[in-house]
Amino acid sequence: MSTLRRRRIVNVIAFSMSMVATAIGLALLCAILWTLLSRGFGALSFSVFTQMTPGPGSAGGLLNAIYGSLVMTALGILIGAPIGLLAGTYLAEYGRNSPLSTVVRFINDVQLSAPSIIVGLFVYMLMVMRMGHFSAIAGAVALGIIAMPVMVRTTEDMLNLVPKSMRDGSAALGAQPWYTITRIVYPAAKNGLVTGVLLAVARISGETAPLLFTALNNQFWNSNLNKPMANLPMVIFQFAMSPYGDWQRLAWVGALLITLFVLFLSIIARSISSLFGQHGNPGE
Amino acid sequence: MITRIEVDDGRSRPGAHKIAVDETRRTQALKAPVKASVENLSFYYGAARALNDLNVEIRDNQITALIGPSGCGKSTFLRCFNRMHDQQAGTRYEGRIMLHPEEINLVGRDVDPIEVRMRIGMVFQKPNPFPKSIFENVAYGLRVRGIRAQLRLAEEVERALRNAALWDEVKDRLDSSGLSLSGGQQQRLCIARALATEPEILLFDEPTSALDPIATARIEELIVSLRDRVTVVIVTHNMQQAARVSDFTAFMYLGNLVEFDETSRIFTNPSQKATEDYITGRYG
Repeated sequence: MSTLRRRRIVNVIAFSMSMVATAIGLALLCAILWTLLSRGFGALSFSVFTQMTPGPGSAGGLLNAIYGSLVMTALGILIGAPIGLLAGTYLAEYGRNSPLSTVVRFINDVQLSAPSIIVGLFVYMLMVMRMGHFSAIAGAVALGIIAMPVMVRTTEDMLNLVPKSMRDGSAALGAQPWYTITRIVYPAAKNGLVTGVLLAVARISGETAPLLFTALNNQFWNSNLNKPMANLPMVIFQFAMSPYGDWQRLAWVGALLITLFVLFLSIIARSISSLFGQHGNPGE
Repeated sequence: MITRIEVDDGRSRPGAHKIAVDETRRTQALKAPVKASVENLSFYYGAARALNDLNVEIRDNQITALIGPSGCGKSTFLRCFNRMHDQQAGTRYEGRIMLHPEEINLVGRDVDPIEVRMRIGMVFQKPNPFPKSIFENVAYGLRVRGIRAQLRLAEEVERALRNAALWDEVKDRLDSSGLSLSGGQQQRLCIARALATEPEILLFDEPTSALDPIATARIEELIVSLRDRVTVVIVTHNMQQAARVSDFTAFMYLGNLVEFDETSRIFTNPSQKATEDYITGRYG
């Protein structure tokens, strides 16, 4: 009887503590979102999307930074996603049980959690120092390196969801592995793979540290990939730390835009993957 | 001339079931040329020997059943014919399976498994249609073989579906998903898929174990009707099934071939005690 009582008390304590922890987390998140939304929407105006980043004390917008972020994120995905997709395909299909896969999987996990500033420094040494100047392409490469392990992981996970019986069926008809992968496995895992790309985009679109040493920043409009390029995270960093009210307001707007973008991507990714969970797992 | 003999399936009362032996069919079967001869075949998973020195002759356009208790190696044996084991690392074949009349050693090191699977089809235990349309499921093996002409594909798909006794049920919805069919229809779709490529031997790995009795009866009927078109090797757990559909039966136990003979002999007058014990339901 006393054991039962004790267990009940322990349960109540554990339950309340987890509730409190959840409440703290949620409260912090709400506080952040509320500050962001109120300050960001307060400063949001049409000119944000039409004007360049201003000098201190004058009015302006974020057009060059928005453009730079979109370009470098897109390029980063173009660099990171194909490599990640093929590496993930190797892990899930060709080298499922090979010792090399175990090593690659481990290194990929390390890379997944590596501080992004390390990636920035790596690309700084690799490209910026050799080229002699900061450039948008270096920024895109850094973002691509961040996106790569995310893609490797989601690709492997998604391909593993495709039942082995599909691959056997295709192999038994005389198909080469690559034929099976492109005609059966990829189409069956399509939704999951798209979700993976979206999550990778969400991941890199807010990265600041890798751009610090690579794309740097640019106060003016620039579409030359060989030159430093403005981008939202760096503008937020610079403007938020400044003493000028105009700059600070623009930093809030920039933070709001990135957050909404990531939120939007996450919602799409989620709706795709819930669809995937219902209809996308053939044969099981 | 048809004689009735009594057979027990090992699961119900002895003598409860009867099978018919067609004497003309039996004479035919004995005169059929050899399609594949298994000579001293052994198979290893790593160091473990799963098949011991098997010798069997598979007759052309006849149905050969492989029976035996779980783990006896009958599926392992079946998968040697189309080299499915090659997909797994550390497997090894010894001995030969000669395909006549071309005299190709199916398990030869210098023979490409893809080429083997081009000649030898397989139907799996669980229906595994691809997540594609009914048409594309059947056309898949043809596309693997490089057939692109739409007219030719349409012809071959129709022929295969007719031969698999599925055409009338699906002719109006060839574009709907193969997964929308019932279990029995899915399995007939998989048979059509294999037939489309005109295999020389068609392997069945317990094709009805995931189906209800009515669907099972239809598949059995279909397999018997395939005799005129293709040489069949079928693994089955169901002894009545072996007795109903096959011309020859191999009884396997612990990786050894205990007895191989005409089906009617195996079920009425087995020469080995172990065979008799198994078919009368004493173990298995």
